[in-house]
Amino acid sequence: MTAFLAATVVAGTPLLFATLGELITEKAGNLNLGVEGMMLMGAVMGFAVGLCTGNPYLALLGAIGAGAAGAAIYAILTVLLRTNQVVTGLTLTIFGTGFASFVGKSFMGVPAPATVKSLFGTVEIPVLSKISVIGPMFFQQDIFIYFGYIVTICTSLYLWRTKKGLNLKAVGENAAAADASGINVNLYKYVHIILGGALCGLGGAYMSLVTVPVWQENVVAGRGWIAVALVIFASWKPSKALIGAFLFGGLNILGYRLQSMGIHISQYIVDMVPYLATILIVIISTRKNRKEDMGPADLSNPYFREDR
Amino acid sequence: MKKLLALLLVLALVASSLAGCGGAEDTGDTPSGDAELTVGFIYIGPKTDGGFSEAQDRGRQAMVEYFDGRVKTLEMENVPEEKQAVESAAINMIDQGAKVIIGTSFGYMDTLEALAEQYKDVIFLHFSGNKMNDTNFGNYFGAMEEPRYLAGMVAGMMTKTNKIGYVAAFPYTELLIGINAFTLGARSVNPEAEVLVVYTNAWVDAANEKAAAEALLAQGCDVLEQHCDTTGPQIAAEAAGAYAIGYNMDSREAAPGAFLTAPIWHHEAFYIETIQKILDGTWKPESYYGTMADGYVGLAEMSDLVPDDVKEAVKEVEAKILAGEFPIFVGPIKDNQGNIVVPEGTTLDRAGIWSMDYLVEGAIGTSM
Repeated sequence: MTAFLAATVVAGTPLLFATLGELITEKAGNLNLGVEGMMLMGAVMGFAVGLCTGNPYLALLGAIGAGAAGAAIYAILTVLLRTNQVVTGLTLTIFGTGFASFVGKSFMGVPAPATVKSLFGTVEIPVLSKISVIGPMFFQQDIFIYFGYIVTICTSLYLWRTKKGLNLKAVGENAAAADASGINVNLYKYVHIILGGALCGLGGAYMSLVTVPVWQENVVAGRGWIAVALVIFASWKPSKALIGAFLFGGLNILGYRLQSMGIHISQYIVDMVPYLATILIVIISTRKNRKEDMGPADLSNPYFREDR
Repeated sequence: MKKLLALLLVLALVASSLAGCGGAEDTGDTPSGDAELTVGFIYIGPKTDGGFSEAQDRGRQAMVEYFDGRVKTLEMENVPEEKQAVESAAINMIDQGAKVIIGTSFGYMDTLEALAEQYKDVIFLHFSGNKMNDTNFGNYFGAMEEPRYLAGMVAGMMTKTNKIGYVAAFPYTELLIGINAFTLGARSVNPEAEVLVVYTNAWVDAANEKAAAEALLAQGCDVLEQHCDTTGPQIAAEAAGAYAIGYNMDSREAAPGAFLTAPIWHHEAFYIETIQKILDGTWKPESYYGTMADGYVGLAEMSDLVPDDVKEAVKEVEAKILAGEFPIFVGPIKDNQGNIVVPEGTTLDRAGIWSMDYLVEGAIGTSM
């Protein structure tokens, strides 16, 4: 059971990074459906840099850079040129998928160097890892996962406890009002879209460097789309994103555990559960109709200063 | 100005994503000049996928080498199983002079059949299908049950917990045959052995295949086998100190600490034989079913982790299979519900094997 719970956290970590990335992007009022693409770009560049240099830190920087670069293309198109956000995001996904296949072609099936893998071995946190159940689940993991906790806390504090975070939320809620109050709307959008992309890139790198440290075609396999849904599931709150990511990570691997224990529910049905759960939760959360559970009011509306 | 920039950026995005699809590619490993025959290969994935398509492409390379300048090939990768995509890939290659089109994925079948009707002077060969005609459309597949049985023997002798894990993609006939042959092999040397089956519902998903493998390892499995296309299960096995058996092609570099062996394809056996016939003008449409004796399927060389006595026992049966004296599915065989599915005295032929819809006794999992 504890093994299953620990595996849940591992399966949920790429989702957590991608969800936080998309959450920050959406808080700036931009819906970026290119999460899958940015994750793949991060996965392939993280792996490529790790393979060439053997340095895990450079590999992570490569992943961050690639995710940010993908997001930067999206940002220029949607903020500066005000293209349709949905279409641009979808294009970014197709682009990122092609980019990863193209770059990864030469090292398909090649394992990541041991020097890179060594950074992501299990590190037990003293004291905390001794707590029953919670210890093995959350605190006997690799440092990438601990970094995920830190990013979650930082994002939460940033959004609710800093002036810049409040400004960001204002941009997402009502860009015109934010502009009138002296906030540089476009700068906020650029910074946070690119930051979001960097986090998505890290999520992808977790898949290619830690989960299965051998380069394979399409490592992300649709997790980017789950992350987009998780943002709604989490009602744009980082703490709920953490819960959602681990919950969905768990649902993702639950079927295999059941099958291996001899409980034979069709895998097709188990595969449906996360999506049914999403629909259910979206229904419940919109029924309550609470303002704080709603997304940013200006989400996916391009901002024209001249239209104000 | 801004509109122009927007247009350019969008075009750049689209162009670079389309670049991945590209046209048929002449990789230059074949002479471009005066080859006698041009053969077009259509692949479902990239030819360096470390599995299914790469195994096909190695067969192509070996065939090209064998004919030493007489045969030229064209390849197209990442062709989805859609009518439009397959058609344009095939016609593109025919326009470049291809006289033989080889489609390597099941879903190409109906499109290839229609194309064979349309292009009477082009020969179409289809991997894993069951359709053919009398003039220019044939299919080919292999008796993977033979090396799977041998792999099962290796696993049966290597396991200490008597639990063997099997990560499979989808529950349908081709995979059920593999699981059953593997289970029979394992239990022929270790009647206590059980094979636990987990399906992932995807051919290529490294992370989920690894997660499925971890679930099996958590249940006490100490040897894993797979019928899916990534090395995820082998990596999970290595991390847990267990053994793993691969599939498609020799993948020992991915997890050297776990890799025992792998049932693999040698597509060149079919390609060389068939292209020779086509060059000689003696080819007729057939439904080819390559066995180990034909050299079409086989067991990869067993690694140093396999003790000598196990190697010997496996090689003994391998020799019998090669001599054609060792059919895999011989009655009595019970399914895992206890019903007799192959009565005593019966040996399943190809049609019998390919109508399997059950798992044999000792295989724990679902067949639906």
